[in-house]
Amino acid sequence: MKVSLFITCLNDTLYPQTGMATVALLERLGCEVSFSDEQTCCGQMHVNSGYQPETLELIRRFIGVFERELELGCDAIVSPSGSCVAMVREWFQKVCHWAGDLALEARAERLALKTFELSEFIVHQLGVTDVGAYYPHRVTYHSSCHGLRTLELGDAPYKLLQNVRGLELMALENSDQCCGFGGTFAVKNADTSTAMLSDKLRCVLNTKASTCTGGDNSCLMQIGGGLSRMETGVRVVHLAEILASTEGGSSAVR
Amino acid sequence: MPFVDPKPYPAAARVALNDPQLRRNLGKATTAIREKRLRVVAELPDWQALRDAGAAIKTDAMNRLPELLEQLEVSVTKAGGQVHWARDAREANQIVSSIVLRHRAKEVIKIKSITTDEIGLNDALELHGVTAIETDLAELIVQLAHDHPSHILVPAIHKNRAEIRELFLKSFNLEPADLSDEPRALAEVARRYLREKFLTVPVAISGANFAISETGTVGVVESEGNGRMCLTLPKVLVSIMGIEKVLPSLRDLEVMLQLLPRSSTAERMNPYTSLWTGVHAGDGPQEFHLVLLDNGRTKVLEDEVGRQALHCIRCSACLNVCPVYERAGGHAYGSVYPGPIGAILTPQLIGLESEHAQSLPFASSLCGACYEVCPVKINIPEILVYLRGEVVHKKGNSFFNLEAAAMKSVAWVFMDKTRYEFAQKAARVGQMPLVKGNTISSLPGIMSGWTNSRDLPAVPQKSFRDLWRERAAAKRVHP
Repeated sequence: MKVSLFITCLNDTLYPQTGMATVALLERLGCEVSFSDEQTCCGQMHVNSGYQPETLELIRRFIGVFERELELGCDAIVSPSGSCVAMVREWFQKVCHWAGDLALEARAERLALKTFELSEFIVHQLGVTDVGAYYPHRVTYHSSCHGLRTLELGDAPYKLLQNVRGLELMALENSDQCCGFGGTFAVKNADTSTAMLSDKLRCVLNTKASTCTGGDNSCLMQIGGGLSRMETGVRVVHLAEILASTEGGSSAVR
Repeated sequence: MPFVDPKPYPAAARVALNDPQLRRNLGKATTAIREKRLRVVAELPDWQALRDAGAAIKTDAMNRLPELLEQLEVSVTKAGGQVHWARDAREANQIVSSIVLRHRAKEVIKIKSITTDEIGLNDALELHGVTAIETDLAELIVQLAHDHPSHILVPAIHKNRAEIRELFLKSFNLEPADLSDEPRALAEVARRYLREKFLTVPVAISGANFAISETGTVGVVESEGNGRMCLTLPKVLVSIMGIEKVLPSLRDLEVMLQLLPRSSTAERMNPYTSLWTGVHAGDGPQEFHLVLLDNGRTKVLEDEVGRQALHCIRCSACLNVCPVYERAGGHAYGSVYPGPIGAILTPQLIGLESEHAQSLPFASSLCGACYEVCPVKINIPEILVYLRGEVVHKKGNSFFNLEAAAMKSVAWVFMDKTRYEFAQKAARVGQMPLVKGNTISSLPGIMSGWTNSRDLPAVPQKSFRDLWRERAAAKRVHP
């Protein structure tokens, strides 16, 4: 299968290792990965902050870039970010509709059908639950809200983690509760966001895991930012990086 | 009592977040009711179909609201009731006051009603020398404490037993030895006080959960039975209802009475469901007035996206699951409608003029828990995002609007690959004075909101696209 990588601006700029792990993982599973460096941002930050005219232009640009990828023979667009995929699948059409751009809305609808979050792509499109990974650590999983509620990822990420050799998966209390990130919410309502984070950190620390993973580096930036500030000695690692780790590979045992 | 000149959400939340007792009270109460709701909802195999039905009924009712309201007026009048139309709070208060004064009542008893809180009815009656006595236990607690309700269903959710005991000792002049903080003992004090009122006060005021246009039947659901007393014992009953509460037929209650109790108190059925149609000689109130309140609702109905907020049946499930509400509580929203539904309803009802109203659509992390539980499937995150757009549009492009300038510049950067890649490089250089190790622990300006409690990873030396290009180049050399 030929896959076009939607890296997301956050991963591209701050978490390049997540992108490289996604590529390595998909290639190991037999996919051919392409990357269009024309892509920038899907507009999630702008729509969530109320800048809809700007968002509409970013959506128009994004759709153009990835329609070309599909024309060049890509079967699917895959991203290591639940919230950015939710933007494409759920919000693109709404924003186009509000703006009255029905032609763009129709294009968004077609693109949505081809766009997948990494864990759902592996489990539901490739039909794989054991990716042959090795990660000898105690890990807990944060199910980000967009993955949980908009994309309804369900047990897909858990299935993948359960099959990682050496990995001990620890249940996270109140796993369906938001970590308090919420994009610009974390800055505009920093106090409330921090109160939500402190409860999330308590749950993460209670698991005794050394690593907190998830499908969204934005949430992991929030949780990791708190873990780091408190010097907890617990790290955050994107799911793609855990699934890309193999025995004898350099990244598994750190 | 309505909030006077409320603070914008972030400032109000900051105060609430630092109240340890409030945090514990809310955490305990919302966790308990969340778990109970999950259990009773799981009992119904057709819960999702019921939600769809609830949404369809409300959509239909909103689509023909004028017709249904006129039908309701005819039905209520035919059954011996009187219907009054109130454009806004002032008109509604005038209508109610004149009815009360006509009966020379010095006191009225009230069933818990957020609609009367919305219009500030108690204060309006006070101006005419009439005392409104709240008969819902929690609402009475709030009234005695000269406080505001902080929850749609559990107005005193922010208070615990010990606090309520202190309040009752003071309000009813009791000795500490005479009152424990057992819920039963506390309820008994209120019971003794209220029983006398039920038997002597001639006018009762209620809200309405539903009104059926076909039959003119009005309905109130409650737990304590105090509402039933108000609805049946006094001579005169005045019910004030937001116009969006009308339903076409009695049959619709089949759906609504399954959705509402499970979503609100997490019960299969609430203890008291009172339905009445007009007046009946020798039985119950002999005079019934129904006040239909607009107070901004028609304006909300005009908005194709925002109108979904009018579907709300005031169950408060969205409050109980909201992580923002659970942390900062109801008062931080500065409105009688708190929580996620308040964040979309209040700014639409009062307009987006004040800084307070403008702050409400942003009081959410958009986690979507509210939409997941809403019994009539109001897509609250969608309306929050939509209203954020309205706020930004309203604030416009003023020269002093730094946020707008920044967001527009960032969008301009994202619109072009070269500009975007240049910005990545610029960030790498620009961050240098701020980076310690691989971490940024302090940022200036508005971004300090992040770094006050969280670290931020430094921008690494190579972006993903840099690494991808290096890999492609290496492949070309060693295919």
